[in-house]
Amino acid sequence: MNQLFKELRLAGVSRHFDNPSGQRVAALHELTLTIKRGEFICLLGPSGCGKTTALNCIAGLLPVTGGTISLDQHRIDLLPPEKRGFGMVFQNYALFPHMTVRKNVAFGLMMRGTPAGEIKTRVARAFELVQLTGHEDKLPGQLSGGQQQRVAIARAIVIEPPLLLMDEPLSNLDAKLRLEMRAEIRRIHRQLGRTTIYVTHDQEEALSLADRIVVMKDGLVQQVATPEEVYAQPANIHVARFMGYRNVLTLNAGTRNGQRIALEGQGLTLEGAVKQDPGGKAAVAIRPEDISVGSGPNTIAGKIENVEYGGHESLIDVRAGNDVLLHVRTGARVKMGEAVTLTVAPERVLVYLAETA
Amino acid sequence: MSAPSERRHWFYSVWSGLLLGLMAFFILNIGLMVAAVVTNSFGRRWLGTWLPEGYTTQWYAAAWKEFQLGDVLWVTAEVVLVVVALSIIIGVPAAYALARRQFRGKQLVMLLFILPLIIPPITYGIPMATVMYQAHLGGTLSGVILSNLVPALPFVILVMTPFIEQIDPTLESAARVFGANTLRIFWHVLIPLLMPGILAASLLVLVRTIAMFELTFLTAGPDSQTLVVALYYAVFAAGVRAPQSVDAMAMVYMAATLVWLLIALRFVNPTQLVSRVKEQPAH
Amino acid sequence: MSAMAARSPFRTDGTWLLVGPAVIFLMLFFIYPFGYGFWLSFNPAEGAWSANYQKFFSDEHLWRTLIVTFQLSLPVTILNVGLALPIAFQLRRKTRYQRWVTTLLVIPITLGTVLIAEGMLTYFGPRGWLSQFLQLLHIYDGPIRLTHNFTGVVLSLVISGFPFAFLLTLSYVTGIDPTLARAAATLGAGPWDQFRHIYLPLLAPGLAITFCLAFVQAFSVFPSAVLVGAPSGPTRVISLAAYEAAFEQYDYSMASAVAMIMGFAQLIVVVAVLGLRRGLYRGPVGGGKG
Repeated sequence: MNQLFKELRLAGVSRHFDNPSGQRVAALHELTLTIKRGEFICLLGPSGCGKTTALNCIAGLLPVTGGTISLDQHRIDLLPPEKRGFGMVFQNYALFPHMTVRKNVAFGLMMRGTPAGEIKTRVARAFELVQLTGHEDKLPGQLSGGQQQRVAIARAIVIEPPLLLMDEPLSNLDAKLRLEMRAEIRRIHRQLGRTTIYVTHDQEEALSLADRIVVMKDGLVQQVATPEEVYAQPANIHVARFMGYRNVLTLNAGTRNGQRIALEGQGLTLEGAVKQDPGGKAAVAIRPEDISVGSGPNTIAGKIENVEYGGHESLIDVRAGNDVLLHVRTGARVKMGEAVTLTVAPERVLVYLAETA
Repeated sequence: MSAPSERRHWFYSVWSGLLLGLMAFFILNIGLMVAAVVTNSFGRRWLGTWLPEGYTTQWYAAAWKEFQLGDVLWVTAEVVLVVVALSIIIGVPAAYALARRQFRGKQLVMLLFILPLIIPPITYGIPMATVMYQAHLGGTLSGVILSNLVPALPFVILVMTPFIEQIDPTLESAARVFGANTLRIFWHVLIPLLMPGILAASLLVLVRTIAMFELTFLTAGPDSQTLVVALYYAVFAAGVRAPQSVDAMAMVYMAATLVWLLIALRFVNPTQLVSRVKEQPAH
Repeated sequence: MSAMAARSPFRTDGTWLLVGPAVIFLMLFFIYPFGYGFWLSFNPAEGAWSANYQKFFSDEHLWRTLIVTFQLSLPVTILNVGLALPIAFQLRRKTRYQRWVTTLLVIPITLGTVLIAEGMLTYFGPRGWLSQFLQLLHIYDGPIRLTHNFTGVVLSLVISGFPFAFLLTLSYVTGIDPTLARAAATLGAGPWDQFRHIYLPLLAPGLAITFCLAFVQAFSVFPSAVLVGAPSGPTRVISLAAYEAAFEQYDYSMASAVAMIMGFAQLIVVVAVLGLRRGLYRGPVGGGKG
């Protein structure tokens, strides 16, 4: 397979299936995306959003029902997985339980008919890269979760694939190991510079790993952008919710002045920044971190209902306006039942089209 | 690289077509075999033609009288019901103990429960029948029931053990914390949770016992024959009776088995009827 | 019950006693008869302690049954398992089709050999549909002889044995995590390599067990050897010899000896197959789920 491809193009890639009642449902709807060599792309979304379907279509494990996938000028969506030559790391690792770890890693090279001597050196190098030298002759069942994870990565990268696909590779690990392996994956990506497509439902993971994030929901792409942009400027209210904008209010949109807009309702009067022209009803998203205790623009008065102490910062719930509960993350020392004044910068009050549910 | 890939594709479709064709051929012949028995049992005279000359239900009446099917069905029902009841009553508690406790000799006990399922009945049936006759149980209804219990009991235990294992033991601890004793836990917590498993195990044992030929054949007397043994004797003495009436009896046997099989298949996977060598998730 | 006792793997709360009734029953009606039969086989009505065994291996009427039984059961088992493996592999994906096939195949197993024999007499007999059909196509003129001979017993063993082998193999095949094969595919393994390197080694333990169970069943063939075979000669199988000794000559000692020989012959094949399996493949036993 072409090692030095310039770009992988997905054009309207769709995957439909028939649900039990005979209706045609789109697990993935017209995904269009161009990925450049060396990029690290995260497909991010809740379970069932189509991200794993997209990955399986790229890998060739699921046939597409619409659209094309091409590597530079060559269409690859009709090739079986074994002809695509991509490396893949599976969620449950899918290590062959009857083979030693060494044989697992050598498997892809063996299938390619690589000479034994070369297999030996390349496998040894892969073990070094994932820092597992010395465990080569164990069976997968004898390794810990993190070690199995490394074997799975070694097995995928030893074939030097032009494209590395990872399907929630860290979801079966505990929190501490997950952080370690995250760093590891980033290190390996830096070292090898392989184009990587990484599927996850963990926004933190996506933010820390990706060059670009593709946020998905219900089989549809919601936003394609850099981590900074997805985090600070979500494209719509769904993305905002998913990216941790825990305060979502439905308010009436008032007069608009450039990007600024007046908002009113539920006993609150605010000024916000327009991300989507809301019309009459606006969905307003604010991150808990963007609200602070004190006075300034967009002053909100309320009463503290709950304090969750979290060391450096506390998470407080404030009852404001007409019975609106606001979540605020603050370093200020406050007590339950206290009256409090909150402030939030207008550019951090994001205004979207209200959800039509 | 596209030409070999094309050729391989072609080869694989021929290969899979061949296998599926073989399977279809097999199933077709089984179906025709059953259809032949059905047709013959309703046929007036059928000699070397595609279909009989006419149709009648007289063979069923004849079979009912000639083979005393009323008595045979009654014996079959008695044997099957008692075997199912006893195997559940003895088997479920044993399965519970195996699923929940470690004890010395557990491996040996497991072996004891597996052996009757993997050793063919005819192999252990001969010495078992010998002992039965010496204990004056041979030829009696009790003898038939006891011998059928030998494979039925381990079967229930092996079906139920994984079923019990998947029930969270903390449920029992919770019941104990709230003051229930072992008997009450069994009655109020375990039995309701185990009901689907017990139902499945009962149906499977029922079907297997109706169809169990060898053990009943070796231990039954003239008054304690079940349907399948009576059918054997009828086929064995084929020259004596009209073949249509033997086929009518075969139909009665087939109906008695298939009704329960179809009910059982609503609750269990077909592979569970074959063997319980491998544990499968219940759903 | 103290907290310590609750955590110990060897609890002494008496719950384990619930296996008691089942164990006692099987000791009385399964183990004891076996032991008694073993003892009885060495206590013949007349002659030395080994008279029964000497008689079995010197009387052609008896020792031939062992050969006949092997001639029937080994090829049939190889055929059944050999067909079951590729077909089960072909049907490994869960589909409505798979469910239908398994349901249809469980029927001949449930109905049992006696009914299969009666069906065969009607369908495969000289005036049955199959014979008529072959004559119609002029494939074979004159009445075919597929019953009351060796072929008849082979057919009946395939009809009851193939579904058994297939369903068992299928349960092993579907027990293997399909992502393993997908992982192999992404690493460049085509369908044949996936089968050879992933499925086959993981199936080896299950296949060995399937072979053993299918063989043991075929080896103990009884009703069909009588009903669709030629029980006086070509299909006089060992279980028939045991039955005749017990219920026609009332020589329980001889019958037990034949039963012991039958059990021992089965044991030898089972041990050989499991040993061969161990020799060919070393690794974890079982399904291959992560």
